[in-house]
Amino acid sequence: MKHPITLNVNGTPYSVDVATAQSLLYAVRDQLGLTGSKEGCDDSECGACMMLVDGRPTNSCSYLAVQADGAEITTVEGLGEGDELSPLQQVFLEEGGVQCGFCTPGMLIAATALLQANPSPTAEEIRIGVSGNLCRCTGYDGIVRAVLRVSREGASV
Amino acid sequence: MSATYLAAASVEEAVNALKGGARCVAGGTDIVVGHRQGKKPLPASIVAIHGIDALRGIAAAGAGLRLGALATHEEIESHAVVRERFTGLADASAIVGSRATRANGTIGGNVMNASPAMDTGAPLICLGATAVFQGPGGTRSIAVEDLFAGPGQTVASADELLIAVDLPAPALGTGSAYVRLEYRRQMEIAIVGVGAAVTIEGGKVTAARVAITALAPTIHRVVAAEAALVGTDGGRDAAAAAAAAAAAGSAPISDVRGSADYRRAMAAVMARRAIETAVARALGGQVSIPASTSTFAAV
Repeated sequence: MKHPITLNVNGTPYSVDVATAQSLLYAVRDQLGLTGSKEGCDDSECGACMMLVDGRPTNSCSYLAVQADGAEITTVEGLGEGDELSPLQQVFLEEGGVQCGFCTPGMLIAATALLQANPSPTAEEIRIGVSGNLCRCTGYDGIVRAVLRVSREGASV
Repeated sequence: MSATYLAAASVEEAVNALKGGARCVAGGTDIVVGHRQGKKPLPASIVAIHGIDALRGIAAAGAGLRLGALATHEEIESHAVVRERFTGLADASAIVGSRATRANGTIGGNVMNASPAMDTGAPLICLGATAVFQGPGGTRSIAVEDLFAGPGQTVASADELLIAVDLPAPALGTGSAYVRLEYRRQMEIAIVGVGAAVTIEGGKVTAARVAITALAPTIHRVVAAEAALVGTDGGRDAAAAAAAAAAAGSAPISDVRGSADYRRAMAAVMARRAIETAVARALGGQVSIPASTSTFAAV
């Protein structure tokens, strides 16, 4: 059974047909061609696929695309402006919040969700905020530093 | 196989679909994740209830509170009245999964998934919560303490939709807490959990409820632990006696998260922490939410 749905991704509406079991992640990657969001575990353990769905941080690998019909979705591609990085992305680079880069799209989305809910988080609150996002390279310290810095600098995320 | 799907716009439409054999999905943090993990295929017929506005929100209901079935853990843990008067439930919702789980996972899904290890069950039972269902024949209420029939099973019929969870106003002088044993603070499932609610008047415990999690096929009260508290001052000796009774009322299994012996040994520790935290809160003390973190740091 295919369902015609509209996904509003990074401000652009897309009409696609999806099967009931199609994940939001693969609708966005395969049908829309936006491959920034990654598949790590495919069952909500790692956060590499994280998107904002109506503002909620959501593991898109385990979210039915058909349930996102009409929702406003933000992926990592929606954070910067064209080739220009967002302030959060820039400090991730400068503070060593990125190594291999595989967790980065989800980590940036989780950090964005955190800063939208809590513009001045403590280091502890940042660790809780990205607790659903696994990084096997950085040891997380660079990520925590980056989020602390962008919040202290008061830049819009 | 291709599953059928309906996005219900109303409770009636959802109940109709359930009557026709559909299973419901809201945040998807159990049913879809279970499918991705290969634990359980998606049901052949799905009715999505996430768009039903009547199921949203947390509102005053008489002197108590009504949690709509779609209330998320994040909404519950951050709700001022829940934190103030139903603190044990805030302790639980604050530690479910990760932030993404709490932003999408709902109280309705958590209750109806009926895991013996789920966090909100024990505090709901201790706070005297009632699950409200809409079925083809009308509504009915079932006390949460009578709802769980086994791992993943409730006494509700397949064509009944949970529409709300009602929390009655706690008596003056009541404090509550939920504490779990965890290997890590987030993305964790209880190895052992204990909920407690204690009412203290004039220096004496006048009412108490204690419920245990991940220690039996269902989350349930331990009446002997409650009896060990009532009439005492709620102090250290009473808490220890009640905690021992709670542990004696457990029937744990061994699994990947812990052995039965370990769970039995830790049951008394977690019960004591939950009871002491509930007593401290009943007496007006501030123990920060979630109690799991603050009591671990204090011990």
